[in-house]
This record gives sequence, structure tokens and C-alpha cells, in this order.
Amino acid sequence: MKHGRISYNGAVHQVTEDSGRVRLADGRLLQEGDFQWLPPVEVGTVFALGLNYADHARELAFKAPEVPLVFLKGPNTITGHNAKTRRPADATYMHYECELAVVIGKTGKNVAKADAMDIVAGYTVANDYAIRDYLENYYRPNLRVKNRDACTPLGPWLVDAADLPNPGALKLSTRVNGKTTQEGTTADMIFDIPTLIEYLSSFMTLNPGDVILTGTPEGLADVKPGDVIETEVENICCLVNTIVDDQTWFAPV
Amino acid sequence: MINAFPRGTVYGVILNDAVSVHRIGSLEEAPYKGAPQAPVLYLKPANTRCACAATTTVNLPPAAKTVEVAATVGLVIGCAAARLQADQALAHVAGLVLAADLSLPHASYYRPAIREKCFDGSLPLSEVKPLVDIAGLILVTEIDGAVVDRRPLDDLIRPPAQLLADVSEWMTLNAGDVLLVGVRYQAPQAGIGSTVRISAEGLGSLHFTIAEGVAA
Repeated sequence: MKHGRISYNGAVHQVTEDSGRVRLADGRLLQEGDFQWLPPVEVGTVFALGLNYADHARELAFKAPEVPLVFLKGPNTITGHNAKTRRPADATYMHYECELAVVIGKTGKNVAKADAMDIVAGYTVANDYAIRDYLENYYRPNLRVKNRDACTPLGPWLVDAADLPNPGALKLSTRVNGKTTQEGTTADMIFDIPTLIEYLSSFMTLNPGDVILTGTPEGLADVKPGDVIETEVENICCLVNTIVDDQTWFAPV
Repeated sequence: MINAFPRGTVYGVILNDAVSVHRIGSLEEAPYKGAPQAPVLYLKPANTRCACAATTTVNLPPAAKTVEVAATVGLVIGCAAARLQADQALAHVAGLVLAADLSLPHASYYRPAIREKCFDGSLPLSEVKPLVDIAGLILVTEIDGAVVDRRPLDDLIRPPAQLLADVSEWMTLNAGDVLLVGVRYQAPQAGIGSTVRISAEGLGSLHFTIAEGVAA
């Protein structure tokens, strides 16, 4: 089943997918446009992986890491499907990153690889934007690059783990204004999902609602105000986001 | 209003005091290739939160033998803070917490130190106390009863108001979030079995014991 969260009629609702439409718990079906998408989970700790696809590491002129390169994100940066993301006026290189997002469903500490998939609730899609102008070589990628408000769209659907038996062989793709710019497969991850769960849970407790953004393959491109970015993971969902400039972002209503 | 213990997201900053900047030395060479321009933040996630009681024990990750104990204070945000001007910033602060930011020793600040800084229980925190001018505070760290560090908070490169202004330029801090004002580069280390006490006049104290990791 696919689960979502929306804001509708003055309240937050948990919804499910019904033949491509959005179904409220009481059975009402909604049209796109009648509601606003929220991230499909209220996130706990959000982990993100850097350089977790060998082709992407090469693209950035890094050799693949020997241990997972993990960084963290705060709730301020998470936003929903069909949201707008700001490109600051002084940015010269802002790129998307299409990622498979793993949502944790059970508490886990010292979880062995063989048991790791048992604590996964499901999967969704993330777009982990970066603005490279702000990169500095301290705790890199630093929070000014990766933890900006509304710079990490997530959703729209959370697919139950049971419905996606092989998350390690899914196509990822990004389209900018309809043109495909990034293609890859989760089969090319350096550290796969069980390895990441074993690693993280070896020193910290994972909790329901924690999210692991598993990294992105090669195919980065600069995005400009007005661009519509679609990040899609096969059999999960397609996440849409629009880039806006400062004038639009800060425009008085 | 604010809970007795903050419930939001905890962020911290490095290289925000004169002693640390002096200690780390030249930043011109690789990997840093220049001093940082913006505040360099890290995040202490929910699993690190540890409300300190007299009997609190912090278990290190497996194989770790020592831990850096960085005494600091956190600004507890009282209302949503975004794009603040420094002269208005402190109006968004509801209070202070005393914090012991624990890290496995790491000399390099190049890559995010998640294993080193985010293990369970690595952030003993006090209850929220009233806001005071932190330039007048001295943080005292005792390990096994001996004072190992006295840290005055009068040498911050970005004092609280400026730090809030610079950080909120790119991210919103919400009510209940905490911004730690800085940790010493290579803070004093405590070993397994040590008892630690952090204190500052007016902010009370934190006590905890360091223990070894529990195997799976």
C-alpha cells in the first residue's frame, strides 16, 4: 500500500493511494489541487549519504569512501511534494540529487545486516538539493549547503516495505523541465541498505520515523528559477519540485 | 512555552572561540584550504539527548576507550527564528541549557563526525535556565574530582546574538530547538569508569559516569 500525508480542509490527514487518486481514511477521494502534500512521515533523525554511488563519486573527483560518509539534516529542510525551493540570488551552482529514502519502522540498536530489513517501514523519494557555492571543507558537506529551509523535498508516497521486496534494484531518474538528466540504479550503491542500517545502529539507536537518504548516482546539473524538477524512483513515486528565485520566494502576498 | 527539557533539534558550532582557533593552527593547507567563512554546524540527534540524573551512565560505542568532554551552553529558542538581525536575535531565546557535548576524539574537522558525535547518550543536558549574559560564565569541568578545565565564555568569535543572526540566514530555528555556542577543539578526555561533573554558576551542574560499550 502507498501512504501519504496531506493538509486538507484545515487539518492534517493520513491518506492512501486508490487507483492513482488520494483516499481519505473515511473513503472520500480527493482531486490533486484540492489539498497540499506534506512529507509522508513526520521525520525523526534524517541521515543522508554522500558519495554512495561510485559513478557519482568519480563525477565529483573523489574516490569512493571506505566507511559510509554520513551527514544529518534537521526538520527545517524537509518539505513535501509539489513544493517550491528557493535558489538564492548569489548561487551559481545548485543541483538536485534523486535518492531512495528508507523510512525506519521499528526501534533498532546493533542490528545485524541479516536482520536489517525487518526494521524498515517503507520507502519514499527524496531530492537532496545542494548549493555548491556554500561548500566549505569543515564537516563537509556543511549545513549551509545541505540544511537550508525547504531544500529537501520528500514524498509524495511511502510504499510499504512488504510491497517492494527488492529495493536494491530500482531505477532512479531525474527530469528537468521534462528532459531526463540523471539515470541510475540502486544496484550501484556502494553501501547498501542493510549495510547502512548495521553501521548506523552499531553506535546509535534507530527509531520509527528516522529516514536514511541513500545517496545519488551521477548526472548532476544546475537548476534555475522556474525549472520543474521531477525525481523518480521506480515502483515508488515521482516527486515534483519547482525552483524559485528570491523575488518569488519573498514576494509579499 | 518551553518544556523543562528542550524537545527540538540540537545544533552546535565548532571553531567559535579564540583558544580553539589557536589550537587547531593554520587552516590554509589541505584539507581545509582556508578558514571557514560561515558558522560550521553539526547536529546532535534525538538519540544523543540525555537528561542528567545523579546516576546517569553514558556507554561509549564498542571499542572506544576515551571520550572528549566539551562543556558548553545552549541557547534554547523560544519562538521561530529566521533571518534575524543581531540586535533583535536574543529576543528569540527563551533560556539556556548547560551541556556536555561528548565526542570520540577526532582531530580532523574535514568530514561530518557522526560516529564520533552522535552515539546514544552523547549529550547530557540540564533543564532550561533563565537567559543570562554568557560572557560572564565560566564552565568548569571536573573528572574524577579534579578540575581539568575552566573555560570562560568571554572569547567567542560569534557571541550568541551574532551566531543566531548568521545561522538563521539559511535555516529556521524553531521553538524548542537548541543552538550550542561552541565546543573546544580537543577538549579534555575522560576514560571508561571516570565520573564527570560540569558546572557553571547559575546554571547548576551535570554529573555522569563513562562506561564501556555494551556488545550486541
